[in-house]
Amino acid sequence: MSQYVLRRLLIAIPSLLGISAVLFFVLALAPGDPFSELATNPNVPPEVQAALRAKFGLDDPIYLRYVHWLNAMLHGDWGFSFVSRMDVDKLILQRLPTTLYVIGSAQILALLIAIPVGVYAATKPYSLFDQVANTLAFVGFSLPTFFTGILFILIFSVTLDWLPFVYTTDVKATGIHWVFEMIRQAIMPVAVLGLFQAASMTRFVRSAMLDVIRLDYITTARAKGLGQAKVIVKHVMRNAMIPVVTLIALQIPAVFGGAIVTEQIFRIPGIGSLLISSILSNDTPVVMAVTFVFACLVVLFNLIADILYGWLDPRISFR
Amino acid sequence: MLDKEMRSMIGDVKDGRMDRRAFIKRMAAVGLTAPLANQILALGGVAMAEGASTYKPTKRGGGGALKLLWWQGPTLLNPHFATGTKDQDGSRLFYEPLACWDPDGNMKLVLATEIPSIQNGLLAADGKSVTWKLKPGVKWHDGKPFSADDLVFTWQYAKDPATAAITIGVYRDITVEKIDDLTVKITFPKPTPFWADAFVGAGAGQILPKHLFADYIGSKSREAPTNLSPVGTGPYKFVEFKPGDLIRGVINPDYHMQNRPYFDSVEMKGGGDAVSAARAVIQTGEYDFGWNIQVEDDVLLRLEKGGKGKTVYAVGGDTEFIALNFTDPNVEVDGERSSMKTKHPLFSDPVVRKALSLLVDRDSVKKAIYGRAGRTTANFLNGPEKFVSKNTSWEFNIEKAAKMLDDAGWKPGADGIREKDGKKLKLLYQTAINGPRQKTQAIVKQACQKAGIDVELKSVVASVFFSSDVANPDTYPKFYADIEMFQIPLSQPDPSQHMRRYLSTAVATKENKWQGTNFPRWVNKDYDAAINAADTEMDPVKRAALYIKANDLMWEDTVFIPVMHRLKVEAAANNLRPVISGWANETDNLFDWYREE
Repeated sequence: MSQYVLRRLLIAIPSLLGISAVLFFVLALAPGDPFSELATNPNVPPEVQAALRAKFGLDDPIYLRYVHWLNAMLHGDWGFSFVSRMDVDKLILQRLPTTLYVIGSAQILALLIAIPVGVYAATKPYSLFDQVANTLAFVGFSLPTFFTGILFILIFSVTLDWLPFVYTTDVKATGIHWVFEMIRQAIMPVAVLGLFQAASMTRFVRSAMLDVIRLDYITTARAKGLGQAKVIVKHVMRNAMIPVVTLIALQIPAVFGGAIVTEQIFRIPGIGSLLISSILSNDTPVVMAVTFVFACLVVLFNLIADILYGWLDPRISFR
Repeated sequence: MLDKEMRSMIGDVKDGRMDRRAFIKRMAAVGLTAPLANQILALGGVAMAEGASTYKPTKRGGGGALKLLWWQGPTLLNPHFATGTKDQDGSRLFYEPLACWDPDGNMKLVLATEIPSIQNGLLAADGKSVTWKLKPGVKWHDGKPFSADDLVFTWQYAKDPATAAITIGVYRDITVEKIDDLTVKITFPKPTPFWADAFVGAGAGQILPKHLFADYIGSKSREAPTNLSPVGTGPYKFVEFKPGDLIRGVINPDYHMQNRPYFDSVEMKGGGDAVSAARAVIQTGEYDFGWNIQVEDDVLLRLEKGGKGKTVYAVGGDTEFIALNFTDPNVEVDGERSSMKTKHPLFSDPVVRKALSLLVDRDSVKKAIYGRAGRTTANFLNGPEKFVSKNTSWEFNIEKAAKMLDDAGWKPGADGIREKDGKKLKLLYQTAINGPRQKTQAIVKQACQKAGIDVELKSVVASVFFSSDVANPDTYPKFYADIEMFQIPLSQPDPSQHMRRYLSTAVATKENKWQGTNFPRWVNKDYDAAINAADTEMDPVKRAALYIKANDLMWEDTVFIPVMHRLKVEAAANNLRPVISGWANETDNLFDWYREE
């Protein structure tokens, strides 16, 4: 087992190297200039811009810049933001807790909806409940988050005035009020992201359940007189969840990506909004670092999915 | 005559026969009112008035929290590294200049005790030096005293090329010397009519504490911990900073201005977009103030109906313009398009340029797009008032344009497009991607089509259009199009920097990697002479006349077709009394903000 993990980690190294090289060259070739805003400021002489470019090594050939970046990365130096003039790792670490809080809550919400609804729908296929759940699920994953986000804002903030739509990390309250405020402002973004996730997940749980529920051993379980609840929870779900767990693990990086839009709409200071603002201001080191973090997440969660799969299903062995 | 009249008026003010207000009113009547009117008086021997304050609260603090929404959040808090005005705005909560600009363009004292003038002897009559007296007893937020050493240090810091400060242009050529602990003298290499640049305003004027930055001058500048946790003299003390997201400050109980500030704490939130920022201030009232609300007027009017906030406007000198290319963008000479060795095939006929200027329907653009945030204008230079020409006019007249073109021999061809000598009137019209700009493009295109000019529209992502990327063909300095539209902000109440851009020595070419500022590549000896003379002209009246002449030359040659004089638009809660100047950053007058109970 540990040998397997070790081998997988070693294999990850060349793929990460490849990803980083591709990212770096694409970003370097992309148009734009981090000091472009200075160009339209008549007070800033062009020489200053040139000096800044030289200072941040923007005039070196691309391959040399990549080697510098890689070397620094190996020493734990994530680079230096042109725009904020601070270390990129600090910038990312500052944003990480918020992203984890919002995405984690959304994922939990999605599971809380998807699993019961999917399981119940599968036990009574083509019933009214199943039909309604299916329809809602289709609607759910057809509506993009930027649409539902704005819709929520219009309904709950503007019309009803129940919830704030600007997320702040600086909640002026203590104790229980702080917790309450943190939850209150997270309701809309979490609901937008969570419902979107839940929609596709419900469909998946349902079909996984249906696959298992038809198998002979379930009929056997029923035949020996086990109650419906016991059959569903202990026999069907246990096996049906194997592909679901894998799917959830594989989807985590996609959730991070999907959160980018939501973070922008609700002004959540997470990694996604950092990525957007860095792209807009051509802050290449930050864009590079954030996309690289996403790449690492994909590789890591792939690995986790594989390990989980084997752990849930002992028939699969690691070799 | 104007010259004489003004001179006698200045005399009247000096002798007390006319009060300052009346003088400014009279100047307005002759088209010479100025945010810099006071600088005229200063140079004419009358001391500059301090900007009037509308501040009402009678005690410090007690105003609760002030919540500001900047949809582009500040990303760093060292004003000398600012990559945009947003960073200057954020830094200005904590750092201060000697003086700032009020909404009328008057100087308002911050860390100085007196406005320099020839009368009080602080301003040299030859314009080659200015002396500033500092307020005594001012302390940095960490308790250390503020003194002349800090100003001398800020100058050394900013002028060092290794520091890579963006304010280097302001400090490079001047000399700052300490006379005593509370007096500094700034010496200029040549007569400098606009002496209020260094240490004034939020753009370049913010003063850094020597004791915290002394070890981080030059190449070590980026390592300074204070870059991210400022210690200033301002009304608010620094608490927390998350780049791009949040700045927090609390009241400075030892602030050097009486009864100020009003608010107990300040919060500046970043991120999102202008429309939702307008919503959060005007409609839901979650925030007190929203910065730079560049949103269509229709939307704002709708939000304002029964809302909790309103829009606030400030007049500055920003002009949205269409620039005409005087070189040929379609012919390559020595690997360079739009080369100075070529002439534009269509615009070399002045009639075409004139006709084009008749086809920009400024009223429709104002009505359909800018609304309250725009004013129609014929001038390229729209402020300060004193420098604004009254000799120009504009017109929207398709028939007249068509007739002019007919008379000049540009006859419609079989496809309805005019042509002459085998050259068709086809134009490529480029701009940055931005809602109002694309709509303006459409309005202009429609009128051109009616007059028989074919216009192809092109829009470029702003980050490319405004970049200095030498390899990219779509940047505005390269100008590989026939006409292009954008604006260049006028960041100080003086036109010198702005107008110097179009000197014939500043043409953007391949040789200077397109860093030259004269992108229309227009060359005019009279213009060069006027601008160079204005640069050292100490007589404010003559100097204003020179800039007006320069503007008129541009108008006669149709170098730019001004589309709109744009106002600053902000959103504020109904009970907030913000002080916003078109000549300064939004937070420059923050110490005077309060809330009506």
